[in-house]
This record gives sequence, C-alpha cells and structure tokens, in this order.
Amino acid sequence: MKMASFNKEFIKVLLMFKYVYSLVFCIILGISPSFSQHTEEHAAATTAGHEEEKFDIGGMIMHHIADEHGWEFTHGVKLPLPIILYTADRGIEVFSSSRLDHGQVYNDYKNEHEHIVRVNADGTVNEAIHPMDFSITKNVATLMLGALLLILIFTSVSKGYVQNKGKAPKGIQSFLEPLIVYMRDEVVKPSIGKNYGKYFPYLLTLFFFIFINNLLGLLPGGANLTGNIAITLVLALITFLITNLSANKYYWKHILLPNTPKWMWVIMIPVEVVGVLMKPLSLMIRLFANITAGHIIMLSLFGLIFIFKSWAVAPAIGVFALFMSAIELLVAFLQAFIFTLLTSMYIGSAIEEHHAEEHH
Amino acid sequence: MILLDNALLNPSPGLIFWQLVVFGSLVFILWKFAWKGILSALKEREGEIEGALRMAEETRAEMAKLKSDNDKLVAEAKKERDFIIKEAKEASDKMIAEAKDRAIEQGNKIMEDAREVMNQERVKMMSQIKKDVATLSIEIAEKVIRKELSDKATQQSFVSELVADAKLN
Repeated sequence: MKMASFNKEFIKVLLMFKYVYSLVFCIILGISPSFSQHTEEHAAATTAGHEEEKFDIGGMIMHHIADEHGWEFTHGVKLPLPIILYTADRGIEVFSSSRLDHGQVYNDYKNEHEHIVRVNADGTVNEAIHPMDFSITKNVATLMLGALLLILIFTSVSKGYVQNKGKAPKGIQSFLEPLIVYMRDEVVKPSIGKNYGKYFPYLLTLFFFIFINNLLGLLPGGANLTGNIAITLVLALITFLITNLSANKYYWKHILLPNTPKWMWVIMIPVEVVGVLMKPLSLMIRLFANITAGHIIMLSLFGLIFIFKSWAVAPAIGVFALFMSAIELLVAFLQAFIFTLLTSMYIGSAIEEHHAEEHH
Repeated sequence: MILLDNALLNPSPGLIFWQLVVFGSLVFILWKFAWKGILSALKEREGEIEGALRMAEETRAEMAKLKSDNDKLVAEAKKERDFIIKEAKEASDKMIAEAKDRAIEQGNKIMEDAREVMNQERVKMMSQIKKDVATLSIEIAEKVIRKELSDKATQQSFVSELVADAKLN
C-alpha cells in the first residue's frame, strides 16, 4: 500500500516535470524562427544560397533525429554500414553505404535524402522501380547493439544467480535485481494479477529494451532509435496482439455487448472499438514523441549557439543543456516504465476474470 | 497530409522488418537464457527467506514453550525437594527419638544388670566374710583355750580383751 502511494506521488512529480519540459519546448520554438523549415527547403536553400551560408537549424535537427545509411559520429567521421536492397528485377543486392556517400551513384543506385532510388543512365530517378530497403542503417545497427548489450548483461546476471547461489547478489546482478523485482511486484503483478508469469518475460524485455535504447540515444552520436516511429509501431503492435489474443469473454462482451441500453450500442460499440485501437496507438505515439521531443530540445539548444553566432550564449546554453540532459535521463527511465506499465494494464484488463467495473 | 509526408512519421518498412526480427529474437533469447534463470532463482530465494523466517518464528515459539516447561519443571523439582527434605527431617527426628528411647532403655537395663551383679557379689562377699569370721572365731577360741592351760589370770584378761576386740569388729 505504501509503495503504491509512493508510485502515485512519483508519477505526480514526473508529470510536473513534463509541464516544465513542454514550457521549455515552447520557449525554444518561439525563439528559433527557422525551426519549422523542412529538409527539402534546406536542400533548396543550400543550392540556391551563395551570398551567405545561412545556418539551417531545422535541417540540422531533422538530420540528427532521422535514420541514415552509415553512422556519422561527427562531420566527416562516418562508419559505413551494409546496404541491403531487394528489387524485383535484380533480387537481393548488398554493398557498403560508403559507395553512395556524397551523392555518388553505384550500381545505378543513389541516396536521395536517405531514400535509395534507382537512377537511369542520364541521372534521372527511375520511377518504375522501388527498391525495398533492408539496409543495416544507423538505427538497425543501434538496435542490434542494444540487443547484444541486453543479452550480454542479462545472461551475466543470470549466471550470477548460479554462481552466487545461496549468497547475496553481487555486481551487476545486485544493481539490476531491484529493478526486476520492482517491475514484478509494483508494476506487473498488481496490473495483471496472479497469472502474470506468462507475460512477464515479454514485459521485462520490453522495459529493458526501451530503457537501454533511450540511454544509448542520449550518448553523443547515438541514434534516435526509440524516437523512431517504426520501432514504437512494432512494440505497440506486439502489445496489441498479446492483449487481444489473450483477451477473455468479459473483455469482448464489454466491447461488443456493452452494458448500456441497446439503442446506445450504435454509439458505444464504435467508441469501444476505437478505444481498443487507440490504446496501442497512444503507446506508439507517446514513446516516439517523448524521445524525439527530447532530442529536438537538446539539438535546438545547441543550435542556438550557431543562430546567435556568439560565444557569449554558450555558458547559459551549457547550463540549460545540462539541466535538460538530467531530465532526459529521467525521461529515459520514465518512458520505459510507462510503456511497460500501460502494456501490463492493458493485458490485465483483457484477462480480468470477473467484471469489477460494471457501472463504469 | 504534410505530416504524413514527413520522414519522422513514416515508419520505414526496412526498420520495421529489422525491429521485428531483432526484438523478436531478443525476447526469445532473454526468455530462454536470462529471465527463466533469474526469475526462478529469485522465486527460490524468496521461498528460502520466507521459510527461514517462518522457521525462526516457530523456533522462537518453541523456545518460549520450552522455557515455560522448564520453569514448570523447576517449580515441581523445588516442591519435590522441599517435600523430600521435610520427610527426611521427620524420619531423622523419629530415628533420633527412637535411638534415645532405646539408649535409655539399654542404659536402664545395664544399670539393672550391674545392680544385680553387685547384689550377687555382696551376697557372695557376705557369705565369705561370715565364713572368715567363723574361721577366725574358731582360731581365736583355739588360741584362748591353749593359753588358758598355762596361766589362769592371763587367761582371764585375755578372754575379756578378745571379747572387747570382737565387739569392735
């Protein structure tokens, strides 16, 4: 009981942080007029602008939070990654992303703003062929790195339980055990109920996957993986499938035969069905928007230095960026926590045995 | 529709594919090689701790019970000891009294015997003395008769002397 009230307080404080956060975001939007510029405009501006090279903060930010072929740590230092393409006429093709750097054409392929397109001999884009892009991009590389880290960390934790059997946990094991126990006792068990065991491995993987990738994204040169909608889409889709495939008759009755007068069903059933779809959709957008917003704020702060073209603003921005980084660390945990909490609550509501909230 | 054209909001099929593959295998690998071991170990340890706590509680209750049993035993033993001491004292008192009685009786008996023996001795002595006196008297008479034959006067005085002596005896 005490723990539950602590959780409530904790979430309240975090929500307060979110207000501060959005306030900061609004201020930054207000003072950076060029923020709303699009990458396309940026491209046009650089080719057309010859009298003075104008700093395009919007383009810079979009470039940093979007995916890319190859992994650019800083200007000029780029780790080439494999490009894997499938086309109907040529099958699978694999080559290094460095072949397409600086707008080069290789094997009739060209990198147009991180879209690989087929070009004709005269250099124009071949609109008839749409290559399917399964490249190991920066995000895919991060995804694999994160997965590898998780496997290394948790197999060693698991080994710790064999080695320190009957003894107190040691090292990384004692660091992660409270998190695992916390997730089990305060998040998953209360939300799902006694049949939590079946879903718990997925929920733990989900939590640590989001958490570690949020943290990796905060590193300099790190990819904005959990702020990529494809990643959150898949996570939300899996949650959606698990929830609806394990749902019992009470859950479906609540949606398809709601406890309201029959004429209300015309309204209630569509509302309930939309609710079913909105739950994973909100999960997808929440994680994506939070992490991307965090990255945008940090990049905007650093962009201000270039907009003002002055060293004088740097200390103030440094302090601000430090503050934001601290909040980002919190958000990294919070978003992983919320995604897992909501997922377990959705599963819990779908497998709930008796319908406790009839009047709801 | 501008929003949908934005690269940020367009999930790329390649990334979806890789995410499905990588995340799916991650769930599977961690499930098999990490969560299974970790969760069962945690459960086992919690069970052990719970068991140990329960056992400590039981042991404490048992100790309390033992202590009260002990106290009861000690009290019983004390009671028994007091009883035994009391009984022993009674027995010893009785024995002493008996011994005293018997000693007195014995003493009396010894005294009586002694008195009897003394009486017998006296009677014996008296008869001896009587015998001796008779013998002496005869000897004196003999001597007197012998002397009477020699001198009449002396005889006279001698006899009266002897008679006086015999009276003193």
